[in-house]
Amino acid sequence: MENLKQILADALDAVASSESESALDDVRVHYLGKKGALTALLKQLGNVSAEDRPKFGQLVNEAKKQVQDKITERKAGLAKAALNAKLATETIDISLSGKGQEVGGLHPVTRTMDRIESFFRGIGFDVASGPEIEDDYHNFEALNIPAHHPARAMQDTFYFNPTTVLRTHTSPVQVRTMETSQPPIRIICPGRVYRCDSDQTHTPMFHQVEGLLIDENISFADLKGILQQFLNVFFEDDLKVRFRPSYFPFTEPSIEVDIMRTNSKGEESWLEVLGCGMVHPKVLEMSGIDPEKYTGFAFGMGVERFAMLRYKVDDLRMFFENDLRFLKQFK
Amino acid sequence: MKISENWLREWVNPNISSDDLVAQITLAGLEVDEVTPVASEFSGVVVGEIISADPHPNADKLQVCKVSDGSEEFQVVCGAPNARAGIKIPFAKIGAVLDGDFKIKKAKLRQVESFGMLCSASELGVSEDNDGIMELPESATTGEDFRVYLDLNDQIIDVDLTPNRSDCLSVAGLAREVGVLNQVDLTPVAVAPVEATIDDVFPVNVLAVEQCPRYLGRVIRGVNVSAETPLWMVEKLRRSGIRSIDPVVDITNYVMLELGQPMHAFDLANLSESVVVRMAEKDEKITLLDGQNISLREDTMVIADENTPLAIAGVMGGEGSGVNTETQDVFLESAFFTPLALAGKARSYGLHTDASHRYERGVDATLQEQAIERATALLLEIVGGQAGPVTHAVNEGALPEAAVVTLRRKKLDQYLAVSIDKDLVTDILTRLDLEMIEVTDEFWKTKAPSHRFDIAIEADLIEEVARIYGYDNLPSSMPEAAVNFTAISESKTPIQQLRSVLVAQGYQEAVTYSFIDPKLSKQFLPEIEPVPLANPISADMGVMRPSLLPGLVKAYLHNQNRQQSRVRLFETGRRFIGSVEALDELDQQKQIAGLIAGSRDSEAWYHNSEKVDFYDVKAHVESLFALNDGVTPSYKRSECEFLHPGRSADIFVDGEFVGLMGELHPQLTKDLGSNQPLYVFDIALDAVLSATLPEYKAVSRFPEVRRDLALLVDRSVPVSELERVIAASAGDAFKSVLVFDVYQGQGIDETQKSVALGLTWQLTSHTLSDEEVNNSVEQAVTALSEQLGAVVRG
Repeated sequence: MENLKQILADALDAVASSESESALDDVRVHYLGKKGALTALLKQLGNVSAEDRPKFGQLVNEAKKQVQDKITERKAGLAKAALNAKLATETIDISLSGKGQEVGGLHPVTRTMDRIESFFRGIGFDVASGPEIEDDYHNFEALNIPAHHPARAMQDTFYFNPTTVLRTHTSPVQVRTMETSQPPIRIICPGRVYRCDSDQTHTPMFHQVEGLLIDENISFADLKGILQQFLNVFFEDDLKVRFRPSYFPFTEPSIEVDIMRTNSKGEESWLEVLGCGMVHPKVLEMSGIDPEKYTGFAFGMGVERFAMLRYKVDDLRMFFENDLRFLKQFK
Repeated sequence: MKISENWLREWVNPNISSDDLVAQITLAGLEVDEVTPVASEFSGVVVGEIISADPHPNADKLQVCKVSDGSEEFQVVCGAPNARAGIKIPFAKIGAVLDGDFKIKKAKLRQVESFGMLCSASELGVSEDNDGIMELPESATTGEDFRVYLDLNDQIIDVDLTPNRSDCLSVAGLAREVGVLNQVDLTPVAVAPVEATIDDVFPVNVLAVEQCPRYLGRVIRGVNVSAETPLWMVEKLRRSGIRSIDPVVDITNYVMLELGQPMHAFDLANLSESVVVRMAEKDEKITLLDGQNISLREDTMVIADENTPLAIAGVMGGEGSGVNTETQDVFLESAFFTPLALAGKARSYGLHTDASHRYERGVDATLQEQAIERATALLLEIVGGQAGPVTHAVNEGALPEAAVVTLRRKKLDQYLAVSIDKDLVTDILTRLDLEMIEVTDEFWKTKAPSHRFDIAIEADLIEEVARIYGYDNLPSSMPEAAVNFTAISESKTPIQQLRSVLVAQGYQEAVTYSFIDPKLSKQFLPEIEPVPLANPISADMGVMRPSLLPGLVKAYLHNQNRQQSRVRLFETGRRFIGSVEALDELDQQKQIAGLIAGSRDSEAWYHNSEKVDFYDVKAHVESLFALNDGVTPSYKRSECEFLHPGRSADIFVDGEFVGLMGELHPQLTKDLGSNQPLYVFDIALDAVLSATLPEYKAVSRFPEVRRDLALLVDRSVPVSELERVIAASAGDAFKSVLVFDVYQGQGIDETQKSVALGLTWQLTSHTLSDEEVNNSVEQAVTALSEQLGAVVRG
């Protein structure tokens, strides 16, 4: 019995002091192998009295298991330490940049247009598009702007010939939609538009998103509601908004919408952000929609203006220079 | 239109502040652009009188003046050459403050003491005129505060009127609107008919009766054109941005500003026999007041006499027929020309005048008599003379009729989503001078006043009610509309996904102008005649782009010039090919185009300075197509003239040409000033947006088998041909082939290349046996050899 205790203690010491897998193997053979010290004790079972024999056998087996467990444990520990040591040699500078492509970015105009689109798509508007070189009829006549209407002077037009123009707004897309479908109509028309004007605050090309909703019983209140919501959502702010009478030949009543801006000095001022109105009955009629049955509203906004407000861009011309140092700011 | 607030308040004076007035006008739809003071900020300036002016003892250009302020005399040193005894001038006394913060103190100029300053008009901000000190009329009261004297505690309100509200292009019109908004009565200037004191008339013959339904003329004899326009009138004109010319012209301008009726005055001595209102003859010549020689068209109305056109009707008078310093007798014109007759005319000759601005938007057709009486009265008062009777030439049939418009309660409520009280609606319309023909619970039948010729339909009345009621007072709601369910298509790839794929590969999105330099267009596409603009903003923006690439290259160069050598740009947008003469056939296709240049990766620590090449741009193109399951592009060597002939490809989908890619032609690259090769792609957007719905195919449970082949083949054989032949010959179990090495050079015949291919087979039914695979390999090798002369490398 005393012998067993001693052998067990020696075995555990040997396991603990083994520094390699092979040393552990030696220990295993020495104590647990066929000729091992503990195995030898079992062989001596015959020398033990019959009544002590089961107890002694159990003790030896427990001791063997204990040694075997320790060996396994010690092996795992050694493997882990070896791996850790290896990994330590593989250490790299994790502060260096990753390999591969740096990600690009969308143009702020697209980004803004996507934001506008996502609001209106969310409330059931479809996106429509149309030609940029337009005929006079769709750009003007069908919008209640006959030839020589003073309103034509409000839009400096690029001409190809007397009846062909670069669209001055995306409204011709609305006309084309009304010509080919009946209400309910819910569309927005994003796209490039052109005006023959170029200075600090005008570029000859810019982007608009216009919208059109025609159905039975669409009212001025709906127009106010939707646009107020849109502005709040777009600017992520509870904006102070003002609806001001204006004039567009294709809407009646016509409205300009101002939002309250606060400058760095805390001074407040109104800033016009969009034009809108109830679709003029003549416009509906010309495109084959019964103005007695249906009413609707239309609105239009300049995408660059929204982008400038949103991203605090103070020079309109930056949008079209395609300077990477500008473009890369919009990730 | 610019108007003095004080002048407006002479006509209507609601008890509200200037700021409130401006806000109110704006919110009524008459947008105020700007409010500016009529003079700079100053105080302590009075009307002074120069008693004496003597040469300065120590300076040639200075004078020493004695100036009276009405009670005392002051010594003032003055440098203005027009300073002389007897004239009245603005006198800034000691303690005066000019221009906000410039204090006048006692000074010594070349040893002579000076007590104050004599002021020029520009120093007081009342005119640009800096030509000496400002001379005031003798009637000015010496000692009166200058601000009071010239009524300078006033501001200019600049109203940006929309084209439908030309009725407000006058003090009277604006006052009418302010009266409505504030429910305040107007105090208009009294206009009484001026009795004729002579019988002289000058014959008026209106031939253009449709275009000129009303023409009033009047002879006034014996005017004194050397009389001075009164200062109050000069000032009012100035505040409206009109310079004083001579008293007769000033009066016609004044009446136009006051009442809204453009007028013209002829020198009677220059009129021959009669005034004829007619359409111009083709190429008829006229020299205008501003000296321009104009060749007229037949669609243009003129005021002529028996010999020659004297004026373009409603636009501008001619040289030689107007009032001049010799004029003794005047023929005054006050006419109504229809907006349609004048629309666009001034612009078509490159002209724009206060008269044409009003006529083409519309003038009240009943205003002419009142205007000619008002102008006559002012003329007699200011330049004297004897007035003859007014000659009327009127074509009643062509005069506009007052519109009778009915507003239905049902429509009003439906449009505005609120039921405005009946009496309030009636009150609003009545205040706007609409005549109530019949009012019931269901409708208002109204007649528009002559000045509101813009009112024609029910929606106009709805707008008027809404406007006066206040847009901000109207309710706001979200529309009650049926929820709109539309199918979510998967056969169209959202454009956002395409953009994301490029962005993920390092591209920045560009937006370039749709119009480009015709020279640049020709450099890329000499065969294509680009669509030219008739009125481009500049020559280098003269034609519509036939391709997006010239714009992208320009954007590249912009960045190259700013030390950005690694560039990846893409753009989506339309290109334009064809002719506007056949608009329906004009190609305005949407394209997606890109450009890359410089190193493959950004310069970094891991030594990756390799430059991009054809296969980069091809990978990007492939990534676009990869978004569209079922769309497989094929490539053929491109013959596009702006691309490198050996490093470019045309792209086809289902046999149809959809775009191209490759290296920009090195000659073009050099000509354009790029210092490195540029790789581009340009593809029809639709070709990369149309997907097919993915459809599941069973995944095999059995292992796949791969065999590698190294082939020697003629260099001219495209690898895609090897792939095609293998696919066709390697048996039913053939799954795919990949190219893992291409080599040409040392160790290989110089006409040949070595291609290493990995072929894979797999079946869903069973594991392939070696024999099956060997047979397939053999078939493929045989086919490659027979069809392409490829041999397996030993």
